[in-house]
Amino acid sequence: METADTRPLGPPLAGTPAARGANLHRFANPGRFLRLAARVQPWLTGAALLVLAVGLPWALFLSPPDWQQGETVRILYIHVPMAWLAMGGYAGLAIGSAMALIWRHPLADLACRELSPVGALVTALCLATGSLWGKPMWGTWWVWDARLTSVLVLFFLWLGHAALVRAFDDAERGARMGAILALVGAVNLPIVKFSVDWWNTLHQPASVTRINAPGLHVDILYPLLVCALGFTLAFAALVLARTRAAVIERRIRALQLAAARRAEPSDGRSVLRGAEG
Amino acid sequence: MTRKRRRLWVLLLCGIGLGSATALTLTAFQDNLVFFRSPSDIAQQAPAPDRAFRLGGLVETGSVARETAPDGKPAARFRVTDGAHAVSVTYVGVLPDLFREGQGVVTLGKLGPDGVFRASEVLARHDETYMPPEVADALKRSGHWNPAEGAAPPAATWNTLDPARAPAAGRSGS
Repeated sequence: METADTRPLGPPLAGTPAARGANLHRFANPGRFLRLAARVQPWLTGAALLVLAVGLPWALFLSPPDWQQGETVRILYIHVPMAWLAMGGYAGLAIGSAMALIWRHPLADLACRELSPVGALVTALCLATGSLWGKPMWGTWWVWDARLTSVLVLFFLWLGHAALVRAFDDAERGARMGAILALVGAVNLPIVKFSVDWWNTLHQPASVTRINAPGLHVDILYPLLVCALGFTLAFAALVLARTRAAVIERRIRALQLAAARRAEPSDGRSVLRGAEG
Repeated sequence: MTRKRRRLWVLLLCGIGLGSATALTLTAFQDNLVFFRSPSDIAQQAPAPDRAFRLGGLVETGSVARETAPDGKPAARFRVTDGAHAVSVTYVGVLPDLFREGQGVVTLGKLGPDGVFRASEVLARHDETYMPPEVADALKRSGHWNPAEGAAPPAATWNTLDPARAPAAGRSGS
């Protein structure tokens, strides 16, 4: 871990494992990432708040009820974006893990580590809203059909990844284990997506991504898409903020370590000298 | 071959191996992964009389008879169909709100020797269409769709329909 950064492109990063990637990839450079992210962050957060400020009132108050589900259909505007984010986020986790494993991209490791708690959160929200929706409409909180079960597995994969990457004293080793878990878990993604087509399930098939036309009236479809965009921006803003914080945290720890090392040798020698003399 | 290239290939090969193993497993357990069986499945291969299973399909139009069980509980008799075959079902208990003729349902129970399915649980299954009540009314009035007879017409014919400007199916005079 004592690789000194000989070309400090960004702020000093000596001693961080992240620094090793600096020569390999433009965007693996944590300094460049931090500067870019600091510029993007306010826009991303602002856009998320703005889109949600439009989308949520539209979806929850102004859009029409469904002809047979009535007002209960409004759970859709939370449930569906959370389901999309749970799967899209996991696809992102798998891509990031592949990059981390193949190119040893240190920022990808950090981003994956910070992504999984947020992914677990949206998957939990997807399951919770789905359960609340299932009781009044289907007549049950939960059934073990292929769709619900595969999403539960997805939730456990998110939780498992979040726990695994933090379970090792050696952060790099934890990141590698987590990346392998994330990639193995990626086989679950097509199962979640196509479970409703491959097997008969209590959950209905896809509405928006149908081959012909979306099975939703535009008065329901448009607020759904706006909500999905808003939640996606919020998800991205949250993950970006967490990743920035993690990079800065590592830098602080590296600086503290370096300071401790600088202080240690002289003390050590003086103690030894004192013992000899 | 650089180490990066080698790691890429190892990862790809592992992915292919894992993917095909999963696909084979899922294909092998195909029958156990279905949540319910259709009336045609039952007609093809009748399950053992004492085995509980789930039967799913559409509630046949005109088949629903709501009754009261001797102990005062609500009861219902209806037929579940998938177009080709139909199975009679009896159920004692409260039906879900979405239950109606033409609706998808999944029932859990046992098939009696008389061929009547005695359900202990009825779940409603809704299809993937969502529309405002006005649009559904317009479709029903114009005769394009009778919800009791099955799924809504192709979404492209109604999902941009403006209920305010829908011609009330040519009956604006009434």
